[in-house]
Amino acid sequence: MGLLSKKDVKLITDPLADNNPITIQVLGICSALAITAELKASLVMGIAVLFVLGIGNVVISLMRNIIPSKIRIIVQLIVVAALVIIVDQVLKAFAFELSKTLSVFIGLIITNCIIMGRFEAFALANGPWKSFLDGIGNALGYAVILVIVGFFRELLGSGTLFGIPVLGDAIEKTGVYSIGYENNGFMLMPPMALIVVGLIIWIQRSRNQDLIED
Amino acid sequence: MGLKEKLHSFKEQNKDKKWIPAFNALHTFLYLPNETTHSGGTHIKAADDLKRTMNTVIMALVPCLIFGMFNAGYQHYLALGEIDAANGFLGASFWTLDNLIVGLWQVLPLVVVSYGVGLAVEFVFAIIKGHEVEEGYLVTGMLVPLIVPVDIPLWMLAVAVIFGVVIGKEVFGGTGMNILNPALTIRAFLFFAYPTWMSGDKVWVHGAVERAGTPDAISGETILGSYAQNNSVVYDYADMFWGLIPGSVGETSKFLIIIGALFLIFSKIGSWRIILSTLIGALVMGLIFNGVVSAGWIADSSKFYGLMSVPFWQHLIIGSVLFGAVFMATDPVTASQTNKGKWIYGFLIGFLSILIRVFNPAYPEGVFLAILLMNVFAPTIDHYVVQGNVKKRMKRLKVKTA
Repeated sequence: MGLLSKKDVKLITDPLADNNPITIQVLGICSALAITAELKASLVMGIAVLFVLGIGNVVISLMRNIIPSKIRIIVQLIVVAALVIIVDQVLKAFAFELSKTLSVFIGLIITNCIIMGRFEAFALANGPWKSFLDGIGNALGYAVILVIVGFFRELLGSGTLFGIPVLGDAIEKTGVYSIGYENNGFMLMPPMALIVVGLIIWIQRSRNQDLIED
Repeated sequence: MGLKEKLHSFKEQNKDKKWIPAFNALHTFLYLPNETTHSGGTHIKAADDLKRTMNTVIMALVPCLIFGMFNAGYQHYLALGEIDAANGFLGASFWTLDNLIVGLWQVLPLVVVSYGVGLAVEFVFAIIKGHEVEEGYLVTGMLVPLIVPVDIPLWMLAVAVIFGVVIGKEVFGGTGMNILNPALTIRAFLFFAYPTWMSGDKVWVHGAVERAGTPDAISGETILGSYAQNNSVVYDYADMFWGLIPGSVGETSKFLIIIGALFLIFSKIGSWRIILSTLIGALVMGLIFNGVVSAGWIADSSKFYGLMSVPFWQHLIIGSVLFGAVFMATDPVTASQTNKGKWIYGFLIGFLSILIRVFNPAYPEGVFLAILLMNVFAPTIDHYVVQGNVKKRMKRLKVKTA
């Protein structure tokens, strides 16, 4: 038996598809709408959540037997807050421009429903290794959707990917712009992110009919 | 055997053929189908099915479309200075072949793209869901070319139509199930996605875009645009009423919209309650703003001053309040269903239209936003009207039994 048992693998792969935190549990929508106008921001946000949720889940799991259940929410918040501040400071030190783009939303990872949800639902009841895998899996599921949404929004909204123009120059009218194509300003607005997430949910559920409730 | 019977027997003979839905679609476009409800039970037999309803609206829109074509050419040549201004509706320089040719060249492609793309989406969904092609797109397809600027690139229109039909209608379950008016969803998409093609002073007259920045530049600012920027307006009231002004293709002629409105009201397709209450709402909001101006609460240097000081009745003949009230707000699917609800729904549309128009100079044309917003609220309004009725009758019941 290798490092990961079958059950462990499931902990990571489930949230990527059939139990995705965004498209199935519909958690963490706010940040998915707010920061996905650029692919780079989406990716960094995904990594930040991966870091916070992976480590946070382990910490909570290690403390699960000594946390009094009456004040567990406070304890969880302190753990998340500490981790988020680390992420925030690292970003400010090494990627100042990006941290300005993400602005308040890095801080708001504290209130991200996915993180509190995984602490409550998983880390408080499972060992550190399993909690770590669960955290990684859910954060990856979150990051995948963020990157997909960010990809389409940046490509169609600004004509760039990671800030690199891939469709030609919009002002100089080169590439596809020379035949009259124009960027879709609606893509840069949060409502369109909601619609893109909705389309992903639509596609996912029509491919796997078991996911349809009612 | 008359033509009518021949068509019916033709249908009977070919009912197994694959193409018969296409024949049926064209057949019932003009003639009453010969199918009748099965015997047994009581039925009210009426000819005004969904398709007949839609056709009536289309007929009411045709004058606006034809006028729009002439107007497209007229505004183009007028801006170039090649013709003189036509005085009044029957002006000699308006109803000319040259104007019509420009109009046909510009407007017909919009109609073709709108119907082609929209019906293609309907076909795809009909095949996936396994039902006959729904008639729901007939009116939408006609409305769309009328509410966009004449020079809008066709691919943008196609993208917007796909978006509007899929997101505005099909995701809710197709014709009759939609919350939002699909035509307005399409316009909203265009407006937010490609604002440079949907607003400003360069898009309303054919040819203005490619001439921008050259010595031949022509400008065709809409009246709303002029007011929003506190510029003086160059058109007189007669021009506004007859429609000899720049604007979206089909919404300029208030005269023809009123004709269409009367046609819809007398054929009982459009709700006069909604139309009337929308106009009342717009007038009330206009009066409030006029009151604010005459009370001296706003300085004439304010950016709201221009639109706020417009005489209240004039709001009805500038912009598309009238077009929205007659053809958009009355959409039976997305409007309120109860009579009292229709008054509230219409009033708020008019009220909000003028509110958005005045307070957001970036969106001087607030009508479509107001209607979309009230589309969302229509079921809520109906709910409270119905609950109010239930409460009233319960009270009556108690009085009687007590």
